[in-house]
Amino acid sequence: MSVISIRSKFSIVCAGVIVGFLSLSSFAAETVLINGAGATFPYPLYAKWFSSYREVDKSVEFNYQSIGSGGGIRQFLAGTTDFGASDAPMKDDELAQSKVPILHIPATLGAVAVTFNLPGVKDSLNLTPEVLAKIFMGEIKKWDDEEILKLNPKVAMPKNQYIIVCYRSDGSGTTAVFTEYLEKVSPDWKKRIGSGKSVKWPAGLGGKGNEGVSSLVKQNPGSIGYVEMNYAFENKFPVFAIKNAKGEFVLPSVKSVTKAAEASLKVLPEDFRVSITEAAGSDVYPISAYTYLLIYQKMESHKGKKIVEFLRWAMGKGQTMAASLNYAPLPNQLVKRVLSKIDSIALEGGSDKKEGHKLN
Amino acid sequence: MEVVSKWIPFVLERIMPGISSARRIRRREVNWGDRVFYYGLKASAWALGALLLSMIFLIWKMSLPAFHQFGWRFFITNDWNSVTGEFGALALIYGTVVSSLAAIGLAVPVSVAVALFLNELAPEWLSRPLGFFIEMLAAIPSIVYGLWGLFVLAPFLRNYIQPPLADYLGFTPLFSGPPMGVGMMAAVVILAIMIMPTITAICREVFRAIPRSNKEAALGLGATRWEMLKIAVLRSSHTGILGATILGLGRALGETMAVTMVIGNNPLISASFFSSGQTMASILANQYAEADSLLQLSALSAVAFTLFLVSLLINGLARLIVWRVHSQYKSG
Repeated sequence: MSVISIRSKFSIVCAGVIVGFLSLSSFAAETVLINGAGATFPYPLYAKWFSSYREVDKSVEFNYQSIGSGGGIRQFLAGTTDFGASDAPMKDDELAQSKVPILHIPATLGAVAVTFNLPGVKDSLNLTPEVLAKIFMGEIKKWDDEEILKLNPKVAMPKNQYIIVCYRSDGSGTTAVFTEYLEKVSPDWKKRIGSGKSVKWPAGLGGKGNEGVSSLVKQNPGSIGYVEMNYAFENKFPVFAIKNAKGEFVLPSVKSVTKAAEASLKVLPEDFRVSITEAAGSDVYPISAYTYLLIYQKMESHKGKKIVEFLRWAMGKGQTMAASLNYAPLPNQLVKRVLSKIDSIALEGGSDKKEGHKLN
Repeated sequence: MEVVSKWIPFVLERIMPGISSARRIRRREVNWGDRVFYYGLKASAWALGALLLSMIFLIWKMSLPAFHQFGWRFFITNDWNSVTGEFGALALIYGTVVSSLAAIGLAVPVSVAVALFLNELAPEWLSRPLGFFIEMLAAIPSIVYGLWGLFVLAPFLRNYIQPPLADYLGFTPLFSGPPMGVGMMAAVVILAIMIMPTITAICREVFRAIPRSNKEAALGLGATRWEMLKIAVLRSSHTGILGATILGLGRALGETMAVTMVIGNNPLISASFFSSGQTMASILANQYAEADSLLQLSALSAVAFTLFLVSLLINGLARLIVWRVHSQYKSG
């Protein structure tokens, strides 16, 4: 092979690469990049949504950073993202910081499962909220405590086994839901500890993230911890059936979480900001929660249109993807209300012309 | 005051040698290219200094609300509660200092022994690959150490190390409580492993710098091999070892991810190495992303500022020790 032919080959490849880059960049000019940040809990579902949505609209690209609900709210308020995501609804004083009204769009539902590691006990156990609160406050110290035995008369509890309480050490929406539930069911908890994304735990070990708590529970016989339902299922951890407001012991599942959402529909406020822990109704798992997408009520029309289209898709096709990832789809009645809320988003600004220009 | 005025030139001379007798190069002697090079280097050096100062300033500014709210109580109280808005960093400072010092205590003897073995005792075919492997430890990302700590080290400590310690030494407060694997002990071991390659590498360089004639002289005087190492190698390189220790300490103080994953993340002040703890770096890793209130953000910034101060203080203190030892060694 002569030198010249190698050179010409090289230049052909170069030209090809340059042409490729040019066409890529002209393509990139047409795509809309939508930035979002926030909750880690619904991230598996969101990731699936964003990749599936490419098939619906190739011109939209999502960039979602799962940095946590608190960070998501902060970034959204600072205006650095196009949408936010949070497990706990924003507080009134946070909403007041924004110049543009903010909408809470319920995206899906999840639950906090309470899991345990007891040698010899494979099946689920029963627990009342009062006993749960006492365990996490460090008041009930051993597994063969009278109050636990009373709830599980048929189970052979290990003798003299200490309870190791495991919790999320990082600030977390999961912790917010769990402590908010305990605050609701235990006046003692409300007085001594309260609720939030990170609280002052009176006892136990902290693990970072769901995987941190999971591995603490896995390693320590006698431990109890709370994780997102998905994690308990994937690790095949035994979980507690928790006594709900109606007095039934209910296990966490997609079905019992949907029940919680259905039961709360009557009391759901106009802006969807609601806590559905300890919801009334039968077959309801009491530690369930909505997770939200945070959207500006007024948006620049070019990008806004794409976001609205995506939200409508998420309420339809998107909901059918939830159950396979252990999230509960929104009840149909609620989807209708959310869709009409999405219709209220105002698109403004004269960038329609720009869009037309780009398409030419 | 007199003592202070005596110390200022001493310290200044060490920070900026030659400041008291600065010599200026006359302009005409320097050619044009040299001058551009000189100012280019000077500008980068000052830019780095300015970067550091701007970082300090920003962290300090962010932590002002917390310092205003709590004042000195921030350093001497131990209540970290974002629900009530009470923040005190004592347990975090305690956790940071104790875990780092204990890690140093564990790592330095091992590192010095390893360096001695590799340099003086091991045959060439062994010392090269072994030294390479130990230096590779420094290249492992800290999150990998954290995962290893969580899934391998902590269960190992819980099953094989802590129970016998509790059985035989459980009467001391150091090894009391239930063995849980994660906790102060796991953090100390992880930190020790992480800083060991740094200390070993520097010690090896220090030992290598000792003239061959010194060792030969010691052997010639009839010293055994161990006595030769003691007299000719260890005794003349203790400032170097101290310097290596300081670098290791600096790394241990600021280590974040690996510690966060194994320390148990409960801000307790407990004498027991079985108990869980929390360090300043680990609470930042845990809470910064999801901090709710501005006060909590500010308190976390204050922790960052404190961590900076503590590192500065310990580094400065250690540096002073080196100078003192060094000057004594010179005069003696």
